[in-house]
Amino acid sequence: MHSGNLDIEGITKIEGAAGLKVTVADDKVTDLKFIIADYRRFYTEAVKGKSLNAIPPFLSRICGTCSIAHLFASIEAIERSQDTPVSEQTMLLRRLVYDSFMIRDHALHLYFFVLPDVLGLDSILEIPDNPKDLGHILLHDSFEIKKVGTDLATAIAGAAIHAPYPTIGGFLKLPDDKIFPDFSRKLEDLRPRVLRAIKFFADWKEELIRNSDYLCLQHLNRYDFIQGEIVNSNGKRVAEEGFRDFLRTVVIPYSQSEGYIFSDTYEDYLVGALARMNLNKARLNPRTEKDTAPYLNFFPSNNIYHNNLAQAIEVLQCIDDAIEIMKNIHLTFERPPFKLPKAGVGVGVVEAPRGTLYHKIEVNNEGQVANYDVIVPTSQNQISIGNDLKKYFNENLDKDENLLKHEAEKIIRAYDPCMSCATNFLKIDWSRK
Amino acid sequence: MPNLPGFPSRTVPHKLVVGWFSFTCCEDSTILFTELLNEHYDEWKKIIEFRSAKVLKSKNDMTGLDVAFIEGAISSEKQAAEVKKIRENSRYVVAIGSCACTGKPSAARNDFVGPELNEKIRWYLSNFNYNQKVQKLDEVIKVDDQVNGCPMNTEIFLLTLQKYLKLFNINE
Repeated sequence: MHSGNLDIEGITKIEGAAGLKVTVADDKVTDLKFIIADYRRFYTEAVKGKSLNAIPPFLSRICGTCSIAHLFASIEAIERSQDTPVSEQTMLLRRLVYDSFMIRDHALHLYFFVLPDVLGLDSILEIPDNPKDLGHILLHDSFEIKKVGTDLATAIAGAAIHAPYPTIGGFLKLPDDKIFPDFSRKLEDLRPRVLRAIKFFADWKEELIRNSDYLCLQHLNRYDFIQGEIVNSNGKRVAEEGFRDFLRTVVIPYSQSEGYIFSDTYEDYLVGALARMNLNKARLNPRTEKDTAPYLNFFPSNNIYHNNLAQAIEVLQCIDDAIEIMKNIHLTFERPPFKLPKAGVGVGVVEAPRGTLYHKIEVNNEGQVANYDVIVPTSQNQISIGNDLKKYFNENLDKDENLLKHEAEKIIRAYDPCMSCATNFLKIDWSRK
Repeated sequence: MPNLPGFPSRTVPHKLVVGWFSFTCCEDSTILFTELLNEHYDEWKKIIEFRSAKVLKSKNDMTGLDVAFIEGAISSEKQAAEVKKIRENSRYVVAIGSCACTGKPSAARNDFVGPELNEKIRWYLSNFNYNQKVQKLDEVIKVDDQVNGCPMNTEIFLLTLQKYLKLFNINE
């Protein structure tokens, strides 16, 4: 392709709607627009004036597949604004819910969206019905993996999507701990299936070497998605409440979502499983570390396709972490503390499947939401996605246009973007207008 | 098997031809739909043709659908035109989930008041040609069935699917 336009109206097998417009002149990409096309719902405006208990379940509706991440980030932000104590038992149960959520979410992305790319097929629907076919085996693995993830989340949180039991300060209903041995056994049974997936994605030789910084939450001594400080690949670390100052918003006029760069260097960066594995692999569960040792040598990696491998390893990490929690936890009756709301500010940062997720609440004297801010992973990755695609196109313009389109979709899918998340807020820096 | 005006007649029982579409929403029902495949994939593959489902495939075709399952509310004229096209190509349309059935919570902005707020969202509304109000599906096209819930109630969805499989003589 020497000159002309290449448009993809609707990128498929991702969460939400996105498109791509590429302009080529004289064998060079002169313009590339990665366009997040979901329409905004302005949820951070809609919560203003509402009472605190209503906020987490409402903001869970930012995204179906990431709902637990938004729920927990919102709860954490409110708890910090109200100085609400959180028990160790609650933190363990939250980790357990989060593990089950990651298992289900990563499995959906890996098997339903990426697996056909690796097999050279358009869709899981084209996978042969032959039970001996590797695609068939992997697909049916995914059904088992997703089901256990969903069932465990439902047993503890009341539902895998828009979970009703987690609340400010604890859980509205506690699970019966008699269910734990059975779930531990089911998770144990999943391990060989997940190890098969890890090998499968490690064997996929696809490569797009990129160059950017990485950023994620880092716990002192374990691979954690909920607690920790924010770190980047240069070793810079900030507390959760300082995250917003770390970033600079970039308005992207053609996209329904804003982008982000580092506020000090003005450079783009990547969040998500690849960032976490690059920065946190030394903190994996010992069983996960032992059984994935040959694949951990892939990291740190700048190959965006290794985001898929990192997700597969994280599925095993979540299984092993959940088994360990269920082995050691002894539930006692607890009730979320009742407190009259007060004015305050709180920040909640979690690692959503797709990367670092930030919620910030400002509560007024009436105990209502005065302001709310959300920064989602896909918005943070948006500039990197555009830069990586530009790199790919500039290096491959001699290829057939259909192949270029297909490869571009594959690259975008490797990021596991989520457009629903990216388009729920009002993000215009009016002071800079 | 119903033969509707404007559609080619159907005489030979085969697969139910469906489409799955998403508009303005959090796609929670789409995720539940992919969860239902854990249990139903092998069975549905024999009796359902997913002719259009962006969550599952790249090569999609919205023509000649028996049933279109549509999730999400309608935010713009562009979306309204698209959903009308789906309606023209589908014998039946089922609204999926709360945003399609009631507009909420995606229609939260319909309740916004105050000049400051309106000014703040005005840039998005004009830059991306949003409609003034977010609409539920039956405000834009005729809807034959609804599966409400946030996310959709899966039991009602399965019963609704069963209803159309039976209507088109495609079952078991």
